[in-house]
Amino acid sequence: MSTVKVVDAPLGLGPRVRGLLTRRASWIPVLAALGILIALLVAGQSYLGNFLTPRVLSSLLLDNAYLLILAVGMTFVILTGGIDLSVGAVLAFTAILGARLLSEGVPSVLVIPVMLIGGAVIGLLIGSLIQFFDVQPFIASLAGMFAARGLAFLVSLSSIKIEDPTILWLQTKLFYVEGWFLAPTGVIALLVVAAGALVLHFTRFGRTIYAIGGNEQSARLMGLPVVRTKLLAYVISGVCAGLAGVVFSAYQGAGYPLNGIGTELDTIAAVVIGGTLLTGGSGYVIGSMIGVFVYGTIKAAISFLGAEQSWTRITIGALLLIFVVVQRVIVARSSRR
Amino acid sequence: MKLRKLLTHRLVLPIAALVVLVLINTISRPTFLSITVRDGQLYGSLIDILRNSAPLMLVALGMTIVIATRGIDLSVGALMAVSGSVALTIIDGSGNPEDPGILLLAITAGVAVTFAFGLWNGFLVAVLGIQPIIATLVLMLAGRGIALLITGGFITTVTSAPYRFMSQGYVFGFPFAFYVSVVAVALVVLIERRTALGVLTEAVGINPEASRLAGVRSRGIIWGAYAASGLLAGLAGILYSSNIMAADANAAGQYIELDAILAVVLGGTSLMGGKFSIAGTVIGVFTIQTLKSTITFLGVPPAVSPLFLAMVVVIVVLVQSRRVRAWTTSAWRWGQRARTGTEAAS
Amino acid sequence: MTSDPDVPPIAALTGITIRFPGVLALDDVDFTLWPGEVHSLMGENGAGKSTLIKALTGVYPIDSGSIVVAGEQRVFSGTADAQAAGISTVYQEVNLCQNLSVGENVMLGHEVRRYGRIDWSATHAEAARHLADLGLNIDPRSSLVTHAIAIQQLVAISRAMVSDSRVLVLDEPTSSLDRGEVERLFSVIRGLRDSGVAILFVSHFLDQVFEISDRITVLRNGKLVGESLAADLTRGELVAKMLGRELAELESISEAASRVIDRTGDPVLAADGIGRRGMLEPADLDIYDGEVVGIAGLLGSGRTELARLLYGADHADSGRVTVRGRPVRLSSPRHAIDEHIAFSSEDRRAEGIIGDLTVAENIVLGIQARRGWFRKIGRAEQAVIVDEHIASLGVRPADPSALSRNLSGGNQQKVLLARWLATAPQLLILDEPTRGIDVGAKADIQRKVVELANQGLSVIFISSELEEVLRLAQRIVVMRDRRKIGELSSHDSTVDDVVDYIAHEGRERVS
Repeated sequence: MSTVKVVDAPLGLGPRVRGLLTRRASWIPVLAALGILIALLVAGQSYLGNFLTPRVLSSLLLDNAYLLILAVGMTFVILTGGIDLSVGAVLAFTAILGARLLSEGVPSVLVIPVMLIGGAVIGLLIGSLIQFFDVQPFIASLAGMFAARGLAFLVSLSSIKIEDPTILWLQTKLFYVEGWFLAPTGVIALLVVAAGALVLHFTRFGRTIYAIGGNEQSARLMGLPVVRTKLLAYVISGVCAGLAGVVFSAYQGAGYPLNGIGTELDTIAAVVIGGTLLTGGSGYVIGSMIGVFVYGTIKAAISFLGAEQSWTRITIGALLLIFVVVQRVIVARSSRR
Repeated sequence: MKLRKLLTHRLVLPIAALVVLVLINTISRPTFLSITVRDGQLYGSLIDILRNSAPLMLVALGMTIVIATRGIDLSVGALMAVSGSVALTIIDGSGNPEDPGILLLAITAGVAVTFAFGLWNGFLVAVLGIQPIIATLVLMLAGRGIALLITGGFITTVTSAPYRFMSQGYVFGFPFAFYVSVVAVALVVLIERRTALGVLTEAVGINPEASRLAGVRSRGIIWGAYAASGLLAGLAGILYSSNIMAADANAAGQYIELDAILAVVLGGTSLMGGKFSIAGTVIGVFTIQTLKSTITFLGVPPAVSPLFLAMVVVIVVLVQSRRVRAWTTSAWRWGQRARTGTEAAS
Repeated sequence: MTSDPDVPPIAALTGITIRFPGVLALDDVDFTLWPGEVHSLMGENGAGKSTLIKALTGVYPIDSGSIVVAGEQRVFSGTADAQAAGISTVYQEVNLCQNLSVGENVMLGHEVRRYGRIDWSATHAEAARHLADLGLNIDPRSSLVTHAIAIQQLVAISRAMVSDSRVLVLDEPTSSLDRGEVERLFSVIRGLRDSGVAILFVSHFLDQVFEISDRITVLRNGKLVGESLAADLTRGELVAKMLGRELAELESISEAASRVIDRTGDPVLAADGIGRRGMLEPADLDIYDGEVVGIAGLLGSGRTELARLLYGADHADSGRVTVRGRPVRLSSPRHAIDEHIAFSSEDRRAEGIIGDLTVAENIVLGIQARRGWFRKIGRAEQAVIVDEHIASLGVRPADPSALSRNLSGGNQQKVLLARWLATAPQLLILDEPTRGIDVGAKADIQRKVVELANQGLSVIFISSELEEVLRLAQRIVVMRDRRKIGELSSHDSTVDDVVDYIAHEGRERVS
């Protein structure tokens, strides 16, 4: 019994290769998404001609800035193993609320924080239902979605035009560099992505998000602040939805209570296509960004083709299908070990 | 002891919620409960609720079975759009919209297509093992697009008296749609409870692996649940399109998956799967339909009605939550203790 | 080991009472832990061990009593409080995050930060240092799932040491480890003890408890039975304290081992080279009418895997199986059931009982599954089947409408046995049917197995307890390292022979 060696290396492959694979396994879906994006862009270029132009690529970011912000918030929630169905409705609510306040003469320096806080409050309520009353995330955020949609109509039943120069500046001010252009909304979206990535990777809060997604029970027994972290994840998603409301208002130049219907599904689809596992604990904000770009490219290509926009959802549905099947195969293979 | 057992029965809360809602309505508009007879047909708010709840009833029945297997079917609304589109496109193209043969063919085709989609959902979940939310999200996203493709991007409208009869017609004084609900509920109860399917479904929902090892054909049971859900959603889509006599791919069954899930949860079936109650779902459907009717009656713009639904969801889940139950029990105990304490002191 | 009266205890629990609805889980229990000792907490299932641990680690609030840690009165409102007070726990089912790396798991919540952001290289270096302290030289950046359970357990201990724990609670840490891994864990435990950490150790294995403990506290039915130094206690005394009665009940089971089995005809089941890559090397096994074949081997030796392949719970990728001389394909549990084979899994809760169904529904589930959903078992028929089996197995409470998740482990096991017996199998495969259940139920189940075999049923009996296997089986299949290494007749074998056989085979392979 003296020299019992604990063998803990599975068979096959060199330990170095295997180590690299297992260490980086969670990046594989992200790389796959990137591959799809590149393939889409290349295919778009070869079929449509002038597709890979600075102009199209620039508007890819600007047209989907709001979705990008929503996807970052959604990534936090999904990483904890939850889901947030409310984001589309919260976007609509904050946008119409902002438009209403602006139309009544409230200055934009006040309106924007109010919109963000509005999102945060709804997120906090959803998180509280989940955390303190054991309500399933699906149902709790469904209630949040209903509530926000109803509130949006309570604020106004019809569209309100935005004339505030600050808000409009966010979308109209364009910085040009050799045919490429960028508006402040795009900058905001990219900053949100960067902030999301940094928080998830370089803070204890971010690591706790992953730990909860991996095994919530364990995270609790490890003494990690599970309650606070989960609440905060939903608050972040709410704030992101509020910020998306700001960006969307600037993009549309108006608030409309029917905005963002089905956007939660687009967001979830983009996050999943970006390689985040819906069971939680595995995924990256960068992946979600790629997922949004995949979504945007498909949408752009379809409008380029002049085809029915209904094809967008069909294509996204099909892509989602391919992704979950592939993810499923990967998970099945790794669990068979 | 018996009273206590009765009070803790899981249908108590759903029934209480429905009764409270009916009471509020009756107080605020005394005509709520009144039913008038005209030409041998019954009219009134309650009759409207019975008629209008039919599509939701069909969808919620399917959803109950799917949820019992630990699943969820988000695609039902989109499938409603699909079946309506298929049926109306066939009727529209036939040139003879009154021919019962054509109508039967159109309805069968519409329902067959959604049944096939239900089988597809079931395949993804039961065979490939994909999470139900995601598996059905695929068709939820793509379904409406498919419906739009079928109608060529338009809202197909038809005029066909027999088709319209399904949602508007009366038989023996009651709306035809109500009979559809009754028959569907009866069939589901018969299939689930008269056979062992119900208990096997619950076993699979509670513990899939243990059920498999006990020899239960869980794959077939899960598959069947999604297929049934697809079929029922297809029927609901037919009823919906008959009501507006149009195939509106965007509006048909919008949010109905959420209403259906809500009805199931209101009826006391846990989203975690396992034990399910058809009676509870029926009560849940009526509760939601009554609530919608109340909201309309109160003059609230229909667009704001989600806010009320949200409040109902929150109240119901709070009442069902363990923590609130613990609070109320301890408050009750505390009250008892306080009472016995004062008695002892006096 | 110090029991020096001058050294104050690191943790002192006095008069701890915890009440659950309808149960007094702990009744006025005192428990004292000294620095630098390994203190074992013993008791049967339901004695209150895990409740006491959960009180100490802040999982459960206490209804009355006091917890003093390092001289300070404490009220824990969660595990984080207890950890802040220096109490860490490593549970049986390793509570780490499988999606993260080893280093992240060790350092979660204690990551090294610089300028407000996590410094990953410093964090991993720190993790590597803590791992090395326990003699673990593994890459902290490697994914946790790639390591064996034993290593994960040590990683969990490393994690506990990051927060400078003065009390380390080890709840059943050895239940899924093999002998060598236990040795390694014990040397780590001794090292920690010598550095002054107080270790609270819980295990079902008496040998291990006597090997590692300095002091032993025994609980029974939520009450403190006594505390004494391990050296002052004999095995018999300990068992007597735990059970509060003699072991006679178990001993009364007749010596089944020497029964003569007629092996002339076709065997009930014969497997020829059945195996699956990565799970089990091809193995042979045959079993005749009325025979009990035991499978002995450590956890992970392939004994469960063999049972699962025979039942079709996993697909075999090699070998042939014949039932009464007829070749069959067992690719799913359904096929096995059709061949009158029944299997009761080692994991009662996850793979056996359907918790939210009643006892009656659980019992008839096997028959119902076989009949198919369309032909429902009628109420009257169900009552007959259920009552018969509840009575013959002595299920408590004898209430068919009780929810099975509310039953004790032993009674759940009886319900599972009833489910299979109701299907009238010809071969019954029992994987660890007596694990973690009380002695009374254990005796009931053993007696039932003997009775069934006498009636002609064939049984494959898997258990970690070699005494049990030797008592019930006529023949013993010995497994090791995912392969069958041989067969013994239990008629002329002792526990030591079996242990030797396993060990001897190991030596032969090395040379």
